[in-house]
Amino acid sequence: MAMADLGVDLCGLRLRNPTMLASGVLDETAGTMVEVARAGAGAVVTKSVGRSPREGHANPCVVELEVGLLNAMGLPNPGIEYFSEEVKAVKREGVTVVGSVIGGSEDELAEVAALMAAAGADAVELNLSCPHAKGLGTEIGSTPEDVERVCRRVRDVVKVPLFAKLTPNTSSISNLAKAAERGGADAVVAINTLKGMAISPEAGMPVLANRFGGLSGPAIRPVGVRCVYEIYDAVEIPIMGVGGISTGRDALEYIMAGASAVQVGTAVWTRGPAVFKSICEDVSRFMDEYGYSKVGDMVGVAHGTRP
Amino acid sequence: MAPGLRMVRVAEHRDESRSVKTMRFQGRMEARPGQFVMVWVPGVDEFPMSLSHTGERFGITYQVLGDGTKALSKLTEGDVVGIRGPFGRGFSEAGKRLLVVAGGVGIAPTAPLVEAATKAGKEVHLVLGAKSAEELVFEKRCAESGARVHVSTDDGSKGYAGFATGLASSLLEKDAFDAVYTCGPERMITTMMGICKERRLPMQASVERIMKCGIGVCDSCALDGKHVCTDGPVFGLDELERFKELGKTRLDRTGRKTGI
Repeated sequence: MAMADLGVDLCGLRLRNPTMLASGVLDETAGTMVEVARAGAGAVVTKSVGRSPREGHANPCVVELEVGLLNAMGLPNPGIEYFSEEVKAVKREGVTVVGSVIGGSEDELAEVAALMAAAGADAVELNLSCPHAKGLGTEIGSTPEDVERVCRRVRDVVKVPLFAKLTPNTSSISNLAKAAERGGADAVVAINTLKGMAISPEAGMPVLANRFGGLSGPAIRPVGVRCVYEIYDAVEIPIMGVGGISTGRDALEYIMAGASAVQVGTAVWTRGPAVFKSICEDVSRFMDEYGYSKVGDMVGVAHGTRP
Repeated sequence: MAPGLRMVRVAEHRDESRSVKTMRFQGRMEARPGQFVMVWVPGVDEFPMSLSHTGERFGITYQVLGDGTKALSKLTEGDVVGIRGPFGRGFSEAGKRLLVVAGGVGIAPTAPLVEAATKAGKEVHLVLGAKSAEELVFEKRCAESGARVHVSTDDGSKGYAGFATGLASSLLEKDAFDAVYTCGPERMITTMMGICKERRLPMQASVERIMKCGIGVCDSCALDGKHVCTDGPVFGLDELERFKELGKTRLDRTGRKTGI
């Protein structure tokens, strides 16, 4: 029986399979990231890290819903100086690490990104899209002008592949992707969470201490797939698809919409770190059955002939 | 998807000692001894609490320490709180003669274990340790379940004078036990680990770390790559021994390791 090749080449990074741990989930400590890689993830994206330590928002910071997860962790992180040691520890185990970074300005992002690369991260992912932290994330990545300016500034100081993670909380994510491409990003990551809220009628108030949060999980998958599909038509650089992927079929939707690799976050909650291996097995079986020998052969096929 | 937030009314709230209270809720919750829930005091905070009572009128037993538990302590019958869970891995009973060692409010998750084990026909000895006689919680409850209760107090105001680990050690000296279960201060857990390792006794301990999500996504309660919320809070001796951080460091709210 033919064995499909799950390896992917992403901006010069060779991944043993197309699944990556999405930023924000099980990725604050080296020990955990190594465990997730051992469980099957082709790469791990770190928690978003900034210049200084952040405690994040008060609890409650998650609400479990039937359709997904609403969270407002608030970007807790130990700061890049401390986190550099965690990155080094993960690298010592031979794991491919993408360092996610945050900052309140393009200069701060550039500074943190450079330190992240210096610590040994194989690539840097700019979090331009967290919907629930004041002055960070979406607040500096919501317009094409901001995205282009930030990418250009970071591009100047970072040699490793640069990924821009985009927000779906916009009228045109394609325009954000084009801006990232113009700014020198090597790839875009879509999508971050959708801004949402849950209210407890009994308590008469929002459940999250931060009131607003980001919705992830199965509910947002059709939105993410649509975003990737639109972005694929708009840019030449590779796309990483993320949003509600928990099975091989879900991953294939994103890949066929145009994603070269996928990231998985919320499904780690519902299915544990074993979800990566399970997705890879599903994808491999599908490729054998449907006659695809490489993941790359499936990227964007849902578009027919590319215009 | 996992169980979500459930709003429940306080059915009963009473003092167990000067600083420890028990809150019972309307409704049922089935859970294993040692499992925990996230308790939301609306407008204040949400925090993990071991279940001290399961089934009908489930409940928690807690020490008033920070702002969250202070706000919780002011609630009265009929007030509404949010509950998520039960979460985590609880105790699993093995063998016929069990030694349970509980320090302070560590009796909260171990009292249901004592009850379940005695009900299952096991011989249970409980070392119940506290700072002083007034701080002893659930002594009567555990004795009524059929367990042999051995009391220790740091100040010697009742029972054995000294730490619970000292009393546990002398019991293990005199009698043969099949397994040891413990919950209490981390130093107590590491001391019991040494004693159990020497005697080659199976042991389980309930461990605490700062917890945010409670469902295995945020990595706040990481302990050498494992998570107290989903892999624990109860760990076996083999796992406990692999934790380099146990007894030494814990993560703060930013994710930095800090000394215990």
